[in-house]
Parts: sequence; structure tokens; C-alpha cells
Amino acid sequence: MTDATANPRGLGDAARADLDGLKQRHPGGFRASPKNRALAILIPLAMLAVAIVAMVMLDFSLVRILNGLSRLGRFAVLMIPPDPEGRAWAFTIALGETLGIAFLGTLTAAILAFPVAFLAARNVIPNIFVHFGTRRTFDVIRSVDTLIWALMWINVVGLGPFAGVLAIACSDFGSFGKLFSEAIEATDGKASEGVSAAGGSKLHQVRFGLVPGVLPVIASQVLYYFESNTRSATIIGIVGAGGVGIYLTELIRVLELKQVAFLILMILVTVAIIDFISTRLRMAIIGKQKIS
Amino acid sequence: MATAVPVLPEPQARALAEAYASAVAARRLRGLAVLVAIVVLALVSGYLAHVRPLTLFANIGNFGSFISRTIPDFSSGNPVADLRAWYWNFPGWLALLGQTILIAYLGTLMGALGAVALCFFASANIALGRGSRIVTRRLLEFCRTVPDIVFALIFVIAFGLGPMAGVFALAIHTTGALGKLFAEVVENIDMKPVEGMRATGASWIQTVRYAVLPQVAPGFASYALLRFEINVRGAGVMGFVGAGGIGQEFLVAIRNFYYSDVSAILLMIIATVIIIDMLTERLRHRLIGFEGAR
Repeated sequence: MTDATANPRGLGDAARADLDGLKQRHPGGFRASPKNRALAILIPLAMLAVAIVAMVMLDFSLVRILNGLSRLGRFAVLMIPPDPEGRAWAFTIALGETLGIAFLGTLTAAILAFPVAFLAARNVIPNIFVHFGTRRTFDVIRSVDTLIWALMWINVVGLGPFAGVLAIACSDFGSFGKLFSEAIEATDGKASEGVSAAGGSKLHQVRFGLVPGVLPVIASQVLYYFESNTRSATIIGIVGAGGVGIYLTELIRVLELKQVAFLILMILVTVAIIDFISTRLRMAIIGKQKIS
Repeated sequence: MATAVPVLPEPQARALAEAYASAVAARRLRGLAVLVAIVVLALVSGYLAHVRPLTLFANIGNFGSFISRTIPDFSSGNPVADLRAWYWNFPGWLALLGQTILIAYLGTLMGALGAVALCFFASANIALGRGSRIVTRRLLEFCRTVPDIVFALIFVIAFGLGPMAGVFALAIHTTGALGKLFAEVVENIDMKPVEGMRATGASWIQTVRYAVLPQVAPGFASYALLRFEINVRGAGVMGFVGAGGIGQEFLVAIRNFYYSDVSAILLMIIATVIIIDMLTERLRHRLIGFEGAR
């Protein structure tokens, strides 16, 4: 051993000479265990098999794919150059409507979810029935898609952007409830212990011990959702709940593809601007630390 | 035991108190400014989005009655028959839900494969060159910013009505979303194996296969599972534009006021989403545990 460390070349030679011994002593380094090898083959095979079954069941056909691709190619040609064809102002108003829906929906959801989230936090309400029940309610609300909420609200307040606001408010209420309550549970308990040691009531503990700690996290999450809701709000018009979605659906159906391309570009630019502003704001609120 | 509280001389204490008061005032002012900004923005949005609180108050009863009308009739006499009447089309809906899950599965699989193919070109440490990296990043950004349902609208016209359009729409959106996350995973790897491979003269593909892929595989799988969860929700509404799954049936039920069908289908969608959430969460925990154990 000692001469091997003195001469690195000798170490390699020694290893080569003792290859069989090494293989015997460290089987894992030379051959994966049979179980892992079987898994490495079986899992991809199973995934592939499911994929093939899925393709058969969903009527995939090569002819349709090729036809579709050639049609898509023709669409791409028709999209160039993007041109509003005189509807730029109408598109701008619709985009404003979309932003309004996203902002108001997010704000309403945040205001409603903020107090309720405390009920779902284990460190505020230790009663298991209250926080478990609240959490499952959030889960149920969350698992209904925004478009489905929009359809339901259209039945109540009629077609238009107001239904979109209510839809986003509803589906985000579920997401915010979950996120806020997790943020509340993750806070350091020392602050509220301090408040209680100074003689503060339960309400004081929440107000002065918890809220200042969670507010920045919550603000950052709300901004992030506003960003993603501008995306959802662009499509909510597909079911008739206001914003640019109505134009998008109509124009794609009548194959006014130059206008479609222009509209999509407008959406991309708007989303990019909002991304930029909200990232800046979030950085300012939480500093450089990463949020999960 | 008496404790002496130190008392500062009067001018010094006053200076400190004033500094404190002005700091508090500045914070209050900033808080007020933020509040005013939010209120102004909310009013502008309310105007843009045609918010009519009065309509809401007038019609809030409709929401209640809508919900109560979707609750099926259950008489105490024969609950089994009532249940059967409520879920009169259970096998059909179950098949459509199965289709929804298959759409989500295929879309996620194709999208994840696309993302794996593209993410190495988009990451800062493995990418071949600056030019290809920027192009890949823009492409991924485009794929994830255009909503999946917009792709579905276009694909339905190109490929015809049916689940194929939905699968391709989800696949493209998934490529964009996962490509970015995968690239971030690749950027966080330990570079020593890569340097080792390069030093032995390995090609780019060999480096990626033997130095990068083993490190990133658990992270990739975990993100792909998370995306599958999101895509199940997305596939549920693909039917709204004719791209397969249970969405079409739900749209018909809600547009034609088949109240009990609405609640029946909605409950099935919610149950499916929650079950898939739970399964993928468990799998993800196992994957991450697997990664930690290595």
C-alpha cells in the first residue's frame, strides 16, 4: 500500500492486478443490483406500453398527424406578417379588460383567503377538525379548473368579464388558502411566544406575532399569482367570461390568422412586462432570498 | 429584587424618541401609499372588467339556487335507485375520465421528452454555445406563455376534433414549462463529473449521458410528476374547445342546465384530481427520498 501511494501509476497497476478481488469485494461498483437493473428496464417499458395503449385508445393515426402538420405549416405561412387589420384598439381594450380581471380576481381571492388561512394553520387553531376541514375545502375548490368556475359564474351574473373576475377569485381562493396557511405554519413561533409572555391575548399573538412575519411571503405569493393569472385571464374568454379570449376564439375559428398572430404577440409582450415588474417587486419585498 | 432601569438624560432620550417617531411615520406613509395604489388599481380594474357589485348582490341567490338545484333528489325510500338515476351515465363518464387521464399522460410524456431534449441546450453550464442557448430559451418561453387551450384551439382546426389535438397542445405547453425547470436542475449539478468526462475526451453526448443524466434524473422525474398533476386539470377542460376528454360533456351539461349531471360530473372530476394529487405526491416523496439516500 505504501509504495502504491508514493507512485500513483503503481496504484492503477495494483488495482488492475487485483481486479477480480475488487469485483468480489465491491460488487455494487461494477454491477447494479438485479433489482435496480430490472427496475431500470421495466419502468421505461411499462411507460412505453401505457403510451402505446393510450395512442391506440385516443385514435392516433399517422395520416391525420401528417395532414395536420401540413395544415399547420400552411397556417404558419398565413400568420406572417402579424397584422391587426384595423382592430389594434379593440385588442388593446380587451387586453385591459384581461388585466383588470386578473388584478381584481387575485386581489379578491387574497383578501378573502387571508383570514380563512389562519383557520387552516395548525399553529393558530390546534383543533384538528377545524384545520383539517378547512384544508380539504381549499383542496376541493382548487381542483376545479378556472374555466369551470367561469362557466358556473356565467350562470349567475351573465356573460362578461365580471364572471371572469369571480371565477379567478374562486379558484385562487383555494390556492391562496393552502399557500398562506403553509406560510403561517412555517413562521418562527418565538415572536408570538414573546407577545403571549408580555400578556397579549390570542388575537394579539396573531396580529403582532404572526402577521408581520408572514406578510412579505404572502405579498410575494400574491404577486406571483397575479402574473400567472394574466395568463389564465387571456383564455377565460373562451367560455365567454371576458378579456381577449373571445377575440382569440373567434379569430382562430374564422382563420383570421394574421390577427391571431398579432394578438398572441400582444399577449406575449404584456405577460413579459408584467413578469418583469412583478419579479422586481417581489425582489424588493423579500430581498434576495428564494421563496419556495 | 429591584432592577434599575437606566434612564437617559432628557435631550438624548428626546432625540431617540423623535427618531423612532419619524421612522414609524415613514413606514406608515409608505404603507398608506401602497394601500392607495392598490385601491386605485382596483377601481381602474373594476371599471375595465365591468364589475357590477349590485348585480352580484341581486343575483347571489342564483348561485345558491344553482348549487341547490345541482343537488340530486334523494328520497328516503330508495337511495340506491336515486343514486343510479343521478349517475345514469356512469360508465360513459368513467370512460371519458379515463380518456382525460390518458390525454394528460401522453401530453406529459411527450412534453417531458421534448423538455429533456431541449433543456441541455438551454442550461448555462452544458449548452453548446451562446446562440443556440438563447434560441432554445426563447422557444421554451413561447411554448409556456401561450396557454395550452389556445394551442388546442389551433390544433383542433389542423388535426380535426378529438383527443389528438388535446394531447399535442398539452405536450407543447409541457415542453415549455418543464424545459425551464429542467434547465434549472441541470444548472445546479456538480460539475466535477462533467470535467472528468471532458478530460478523458468524451463527446458531448457521452458527457450528458454519463455525467449529467444520473445527477438530474430524480429531479426531472419529480417535476414531470408535478406537471402530470397540473395536466390532468388541464385535460379536464380540453373538451371545451373540442379536444377530447370529459370537458365536452361537462360543457353540454352546464349549457343545457342538466343540473344533476353537472354535480355528478363535477364530483367525478374533483375526485379524480384529488386521487391523482395524492398518488403523485406519494411517488414524489419516494423519489426525493431515493435521491437523498444515494
